[in-house]
Amino acid sequence: MDGISSEAFVLGCSAIGAGIAVLAAAGPGLGQGYAAGKAAEAVAKQPEAKSDVIQTMILGQAVAETSGIYGLIIAILLLIVRPLMQAL
Amino acid sequence: MKATIKFTIFNHSIKLSGAAINSWLIVVAISIFIILVNRKIKKVKAGETPGTLVSIMEFFVEKVEDLVRNTMGDNRVYFAPYIATLLIFLVFANLLGLLGLETPTSNYSVTLALAMITFVMIHFSGIRSAGVKKYLKGFAKPTAVMLPINLISEIATPISMSFRLFGNMLSGTVIIALIFSVLNSISIITVPIIGPFINLYFDVFVGLVQTFIFSMLTMVFISNKMNIN
Repeated sequence: MDGISSEAFVLGCSAIGAGIAVLAAAGPGLGQGYAAGKAAEAVAKQPEAKSDVIQTMILGQAVAETSGIYGLIIAILLLIVRPLMQAL
Repeated sequence: MKATIKFTIFNHSIKLSGAAINSWLIVVAISIFIILVNRKIKKVKAGETPGTLVSIMEFFVEKVEDLVRNTMGDNRVYFAPYIATLLIFLVFANLLGLLGLETPTSNYSVTLALAMITFVMIHFSGIRSAGVKKYLKGFAKPTAVMLPINLISEIATPISMSFRLFGNMLSGTVIIALIFSVLNSISIITVPIIGPFINLYFDVFVGLVQTFIFSMLTMVFISNKMNIN
């Protein structure tokens, strides 16, 4: 029985790795939704501070989004740049 | 649409990537705009109201100076020209996807260069405001054991800033291409109806938020480093 060729094996494992890497997007989704809820509470308590609250919320959410972006970068690297093929 | 130019000089072939060409395009467009505004400003006499373009530019300069004053403090308004330049360049660069060209910020070299400029500014301002000894002691601030952790967090700053901008822009272009091909395969009539909303969120909103975030983070990091004494 013929085994699988090494290029096909590396490509398949890269695809599986890329899929698992994007699971890291679950974290920022939860965290940023919670932060948005807290911002809505803060605006309800003090409506005249609305623009300050919104500015702080956007800044905090963009910093917290970075870990989700790291997962996306790894997935795009594995699928498009394919660094493990050069190690063959 | 990716544009590249290849040419040969002295038997070396040079290939210019799309990011370089589009950056030059942005610089030429901004320069023409600036020359136009300068000519209009010179014609304004004291005591009469200026025209619309000059008023819009005055509004922009006032808003940027207010932002720098609120974020960094009253005595650091001299950072305002650099922040205004960064804002204008990033707004033009991130919104270039609306014209169908490739955005320069979806190339990692461009965002890494911008983040490195911020990194150099942070440490240079820190040394200049506090002196070399206090700046070096600031790394061991709570206890001396924190020294490697502080160094790692200093290196993580430009890496995370560059990756944030690059990841958002690149994923925006990829997702727009994918959604448009899905809409095209459903039916051609949905493309002009649903397509512009996709572009509105992924191109315009994400681009503007990311420029704001980049500038705010630059200001916050610089002012944190300068306040450390």
